[in-house]
Formats: sequence, structure tokens, C-alpha cells
Amino acid sequence: MKQQVTITVNGTTHTNEVEPRLLLVHYLRDVLDLTGTHVGCDTSQCGACTIEMNGSAVKSCTVLAVQADGAEITTIEGLAKGGELHPIQEGFWEMHGLQCGFCTPGMIMTSVNLLKNNPHPTEAEIRHGLEGNLCRCTGYQNIVKAIQYAADKMSAEPAAAGDD
Amino acid sequence: MVASSPFGSSIKRREDPRLITGAGHYTDDVRLPGMLSMAILRSPHAHARIVNIDTSAAKAMPGVVAIYTGADLVDLVAPVPCAWQPKNSDIKVPEYRPLAVDTVRYVGDGVAAVVAENRYMAEDAAAAINVQYDTLPVVVHQLDAMKDGAPQLYDSVPNNVAFHFHLEGGDVDAAFQKADLTFKQRLVNQRLIPNAMETRGAVASYQRGSNELTLWCTTQNPHIVRFLMSLCTNIPETQIRVLSQDIGGGFGSKIAMQAGEMIASVISKDLLRPIKWMEDRSENYVSTTHGRDHVDDVEVAAMKDGRVVGLKVTAYANMGAYLSTAAPGVPTWLFTVTQSGAYDIPNVASDVYGVLTNTTATDAYRGAGRPEATYLIERVMDLVAKKLNLDPTEVRRKNFIPSDAFPYSIASGAIAYDSGDYDKTLDRALEMIDYAALRKEQEQARAEGRLFGVGFSTYIEVCGLAPSAAAGAMGFGGGLYESAVVRVHPTGKVTVLTGINPQGQGEGTTFAQLLNGELGVPVEDIEIVWGDTDRIPMGWGTYGSRSTAVGGSALVFAARKVRDKMMKIGAHLLEVSPEEVVFDQGSVHVKGAPDQVKSFGEIALAAYTAWNMPEGVTPGLDESYFFDPVSNTFPFGAHVCVVEIDKDSGKADVRRYVAVDDVGNVINPMIVDGQIHGGIAQGLAQAVLETAVYDDNGQLLSGTMMDYAIPKASSFPNYELDRTVTPCPFNPMGLKGVGEAGTIASTPAIMNAIVDALSPLGVEHFDMPASPQRIWQLVHEQKGN
Repeated sequence: MKQQVTITVNGTTHTNEVEPRLLLVHYLRDVLDLTGTHVGCDTSQCGACTIEMNGSAVKSCTVLAVQADGAEITTIEGLAKGGELHPIQEGFWEMHGLQCGFCTPGMIMTSVNLLKNNPHPTEAEIRHGLEGNLCRCTGYQNIVKAIQYAADKMSAEPAAAGDD
Repeated sequence: MVASSPFGSSIKRREDPRLITGAGHYTDDVRLPGMLSMAILRSPHAHARIVNIDTSAAKAMPGVVAIYTGADLVDLVAPVPCAWQPKNSDIKVPEYRPLAVDTVRYVGDGVAAVVAENRYMAEDAAAAINVQYDTLPVVVHQLDAMKDGAPQLYDSVPNNVAFHFHLEGGDVDAAFQKADLTFKQRLVNQRLIPNAMETRGAVASYQRGSNELTLWCTTQNPHIVRFLMSLCTNIPETQIRVLSQDIGGGFGSKIAMQAGEMIASVISKDLLRPIKWMEDRSENYVSTTHGRDHVDDVEVAAMKDGRVVGLKVTAYANMGAYLSTAAPGVPTWLFTVTQSGAYDIPNVASDVYGVLTNTTATDAYRGAGRPEATYLIERVMDLVAKKLNLDPTEVRRKNFIPSDAFPYSIASGAIAYDSGDYDKTLDRALEMIDYAALRKEQEQARAEGRLFGVGFSTYIEVCGLAPSAAAGAMGFGGGLYESAVVRVHPTGKVTVLTGINPQGQGEGTTFAQLLNGELGVPVEDIEIVWGDTDRIPMGWGTYGSRSTAVGGSALVFAARKVRDKMMKIGAHLLEVSPEEVVFDQGSVHVKGAPDQVKSFGEIALAAYTAWNMPEGVTPGLDESYFFDPVSNTFPFGAHVCVVEIDKDSGKADVRRYVAVDDVGNVINPMIVDGQIHGGIAQGLAQAVLETAVYDDNGQLLSGTMMDYAIPKASSFPNYELDRTVTPCPFNPMGLKGVGEAGTIASTPAIMNAIVDALSPLGVEHFDMPASPQRIWQLVHEQKGN
């Protein structure tokens, strides 16, 4: 039996009838056609599906769409505002923080949350903060640099913090 | 004359804007009207006869469109092909049906394909299929499978030995007789799961009317897919279009022909509906090929001064239940030709047994054969040093091929190294690590009872996989040249078509840099296109670190044809002879008179309007080139790893990691460093984290990402990199290749460091993975003694 959900994604509110078992990641990808959020595993290890839900970084493969009823969600597609890359997106580009790009949307969404909770992380704190996201290409070195780049840039531009 | 150099500029990647904004287009992102979803029911048993398959309940479930069993597919599709059959072996290729008929031979063997309105419905129905199995005895280890009385996978393959391969050079027996030191060592190179972050999958759409199959798939080599798909389905190549654009990593696991993409294709043709099949991760762990899984028995003959004079290797490679597309080439040719590494070893004999077992098939995995060989020879160098009480760097230097000995033919004569200067990379690495101070630090640490180790890997690898004649001689069922088209448009923008197919290596950027170097066209005016067999001439794809050395060279030669034609047209427009003009940053001007000039755009437009062409010159600026080099390339380097082991937890912490690589000329240093970083992490992970584990019943115990230890951000520290540059003389830009270097080098570097750290406890060797548990056991066993 389908259930109705109302979910705000990247500022647009959607109301849909969904099966109770539908995963949030499949809702985003298959119902809303937001394919930037990826599926890399089936056990919540890889983090490729990470999104921001009600202000927290969430693995959207581990949430049912019905659990997100009423939620505010930001996906990778909603991160750049007015054609302006988010400092973390910019950091990944500047520092070569991606190769194949498959883990990247989840990696970026986790990093956004990481810097929100800790705007001036040490290298060890960044590495620890990425525990839930796997990358097979980069060896993480340039991902760490990308996040450091963004942290520096965001602390130099405090105006960017009013984005919640 | 070209002013801008194609080398040394770390421009930002042109691929990235779409990938960092969620606008990448991977196979799972393909959506077509009327598309159905396919799920494959897989065997839960490692070896069993299929007694009966009852699909009646499943067929009645909501949303189910069709169900196919192995028997249903026999007339629709041929077996999955094995396309590398080494000639100097007695290879027997068993039949590998895309869905099993009668017998399943590993956990994960396909049994039925369910097509439904969505994936949820397809999975529900797959679970409702009732299969009756009659289980058979199982064998998972290659040494067990070769024993008399072992369970037999195929009547046609006695003792499960699919092939025996032999290669030798020099007089190995004489070398062992004259040696001061001989010893034997068994080295196990464990099975790994490639773990590209994107699993394998396909969207197949067969159009009635045009009779054309369009196949989006996660492949490293779309033209090979088209070629083999045509042979397997009888759909002519003219009617197959393979598309493969954004690929979420490959690491070798997207080379082989996949049963799933074959099944989706023929079902789409049968139902005339688009079919999507994407592995989920636990399916990927059993249905996509694994890597490595060797047991290598090595015998070494050395002189007192550390010179290695003889090497005998007997390798037992676990091929899994079937021979995957390129699999037999990996433990045979790719493994044996790099076995003597950077060292002048005059007498070498190798025997390789490819053994079938009730496990997932193995095939190429980042490095493919060369990591196994490098691990072997680099461990041997350390063992020789240990046994002769010499410094490991001294033993390596004693055996290095001298820099004036290139091209250098290996003992068997099977292959010749292009160029190298092995002392130079080692010198630089020792300088960066401050070797003398490091050994003092180690002495101090040992005096304090700490376990502190230093390990080296002065590796070489064979890259730029080519030339075609060598591929043919080695039994590879295709060529290894590469294609490029440089198409200048009337407005002066340029499209490049390339037969390579990157999965994150950045050729969308580096190829534009190469073309900018040749033609002076700004990189923003260049579009690099791959992954479309309808647009791109036959090419062989991206693997074996070949894309830039072979595909980039094809691009350079095609660009030079364009340049020559532009000079003729430019000279004609300037009313001088072609000998009187120069090509300078994209424009053509009269020698010594830069103001008498025709711009790139003017010449491009003139070539297409063709109002005023020089005599004998055809309209257009559209040139193609197929480049087949005369030789492979041989990157090399020196990696140094420093570890400290925590006695209480058994964890080996990497304190420092220095890598000095020589990959020939470097186009984009940022991208090359990125390849080295990722490669090192993957190689270190084999040494200390990763292993695919089967139980005796053939169940994959490390069957999810929860159970298989992929490195995380906190696993390893930053790597310290530098380079030397020794160009390859056999391609126009002196490129060697870099995709696999880090992985090949780092596994033995850290294992040598860990063994060095444990050597005060009497440890001379132990097998990977050097997990905390294994190291803890070693520390405590030795204490107990």
C-alpha cells in the first residue's frame, strides 16, 4: 500500500505516493531523477549516497523515503548556489580531490557537514570525519587537501556561513 | 615550431565541473522510456547440479515481464568468451555459459534472470524462484584442486589444471650449481576484490526496425565489448553501439566481458524493451572478477656479494570457476616477463599452473601479474640481503640493470625494457628519507625495544600495453594499437576522438594538453570524446597504463597530420610555398615575417569552405591515426616505507612513505601525483588490510564492504613524492604511463618494512595480509619461544 510523502529537496517541495519500502536514495534518483546521489554498496559502508537531511549528513540508502516525510534535504545538485560552486566543490576541483567522481557527491556532502560541525579541523580530524566515506581512486590525500582548502576559504569569508 | 610545451602544467581537470555538481552520467543514470529492470538469481552453492528450476510462482508476481533460465539462453547467446589464450601453453577453455546450464560452479553463478517493471519487483520474483540443487564436492584452494582425487569442475580439465605455461632463459641449473647461496621460499599473493566504487552494469536497448543494439555499460574497453558481443550474439558490429562515458573506477575489473551485459542485451532483443541491470555490491563481490590469488614457490641462487644469478619460479594461480576474458594472460605473460624486476638476472625459469576452483573467476586487477611479480622479486632481494647480512639497498644496486644497458632484453628474450636509470631514483629516495639518519633512528628504537622497520621496493613495470604483434604472439585475441581522430571544425574548435576509455585517469584534460602542445589550440576549444563505438574508430581501451603512451601518441600523430595540412593551406593563402612558412602557436606565418600570418581559425574556415585550396589538397581538416608502438614502456622507481609496530595491538603504522617514480615525461603533474597516491594506497591495502576469504564450502566470507577491509581516509598518512624523468624512446612524447605504478611498488615496500621491523624477533617472512591480528600473533609467538 503506497503512502504519501512530502519532502523538500534543494528548495523544491515534492509530494509523491511511494511504497513504504522505497529507500530514500531510490526516491531521489528514480522518482525525482536526481542522479547525482550514487549507490556504491548495500551495507551503508561507502557513503556515496550521503545527502544533507534536516541539517545532518545522512546516508540516503539507510533511510526510507517515508521516514523523510516532512524533511528538508540538500543533495549534490543543490549545493552550488546561483551558479557559484560551494567552497568544498571548489576545493575538490582545485586540489584534484576526485578521479572517477563516483564517490565525490557523497564525499562532498559529508565534508560540508564536517566543516559545519568543525570549521577548523586538524588533518587527523578530517581523516576521522571521513570514516563513513570510501574512495578507491585518490588514496584520500587530495580529498584531505580539498577540505583544508575549503576550511581556509570559508573561514576567510565568514559571510558564507549564513547558508543554513 | 610549437611554443607551448605539453609537459609540466597542472591545469585543473576539465572533467570535474560536472562530477562535483552531480551532473556526471554513469550507466545507472541512464533512463529510457519503457525500461525494465533485471535481477539475476545466483547460486547459493559453490558446486551443484541443477535438478529443477520452478519459475511458475515468480512469473505470477506483480510487475514481472519475463524470466529466463540458462536453458532459455542457449540459443540466444554464445558462452562468455576467453580472449587471451597463451600459445605456449596447453590451455583448455571450459564452457562459461552466461547463465548456468545443468551445473553451477561457484557461489554467485547465474541461474535465472528476472525482468520486471522495477528492481524491487525483479528481486522479489527472483527470491520466489524455486531451484532444486544436488550439491557436489567443492574445492576452493588451487593446491587442493590439483591433488589426485580432488573434486573435478570439468571432465575436460583433468586435475582442474586449465593450463601450464613455461618460460625460461639462460642456464638455470648451472646457475644454481655455481651459487654461493641457494634458498627456497613460498610467497602467497592473496585474492583481492577490486571494489571500483561503481559496480558493473548495463543498459541494453534493442530497436526494432533499425535492428540496432545500443548498450551503455561500465567497461574500460567499449570496442572490445562490441567486437565480442557481436561474435556472441550474431548481431553484426554495424548494428551494435556501445556507450561508456562516466565510469566509476575500473582497476581492471571492467575489462572482462560480463555475463550480465550479455544477458541484458539478448533479453532486450528478445523482448524489444530496454533492460537495465546494475549489480548491487554483494552481487558485485561474487559476479565481477577478483584479482591476484597466487601461490608462488621461488628458488633463488645468489653469490656472496649479493648478485642474484638464478631464479626459478613455480606459480599456482587460482583462476576461479571459469576462464574470464583476459584472465589466462595475467599469471602467464604479464607475471613472468616482469619477474626479474629491475635486476640483471641471467638465468630465469618460470612455470605457471592455472587452476580452476569453485570460486569467482579472477582476472586483471590494477597491475595484473606485475604486482605479483614485483612482490616476489622485491621480497627475494630482501631475503638475499638478510641471509648475506647485507644492506637491502646494496643488494639492489649490485643487481640493477646498468643505465647504459638499454634496451635490455630479459633472460628469456621475451621482452626488452625501453630505458631506465634505477640508481637515480634510489639515490633520490634515500636522500629524501635521509637514509643514514633513518637507520640510526631504527637502532635507537630497537635499543628501546620498539619494532621499527624500513622497507624498499625498486620496482619496474611493463606498461603502455602494445605492440599488436607482441599481443598476437602472446595469444591475446586482439590488437594493442590505439586510434585517434583530430577533427578541426570550421570555427576552429577541435573534437578529438580516442579509442581509450578512462575511468577517472583524466585524459579529458591531459589529451587536451597534448593537443594544445601540438596545434596551439586553447584547451577550452578542445573536446575529448571517448566511449562511443559509433563515433570512434576501433581502439582497445584503457588498461595496462597504456592510454597516454599509446592513445596519446596516436593523438599526437593525428595532430601532426592536421598541422602539415594547415601549413599547406596557410602557405597557399599567403601565396608562398609550404617550405616558406612556419606553424607557430596555432597560426601559420611566413618564415622571418610573423606579420604575414593566417590564424588557426582562418585556415580552418578556408579548409571547409574550400573556395581556394592548394592544388592536390582535399577539403576538410579531419585526420585519423592508428599508432602501434614498436615496444612497451617500462616505468620504474624507488619507494621507501617506514613502519612502526604497536606490540600491544599488532598494528603496523606507516610513519613515512617516500616514492620516487620515473614515468617518462609528465603532462600534468597534479594528475600523475593523484595516480601515484591512489595506487600506493591500493598496494598498501593489499599488504595490511584486504583479503577475500572463502570457507571450505566455497562461501565468500568477506562478501560485503562490512567484511572486506577497504582502506579509509585514516588508514595511511600523506605520501612524499618526487620524480626523475627518463623518456621512453619508442613514442613521440617520451611517455611511459603511471596508472599502476603505485600499486605495483607499494605492496612489497611495506611488507619489507614490516618484516624488517619484526626481524629482531627472528621473523624472516610471513604472508599477507599483515593484519594486526597476524602481527600480534607473530610478536607473541616469538616472545613465547
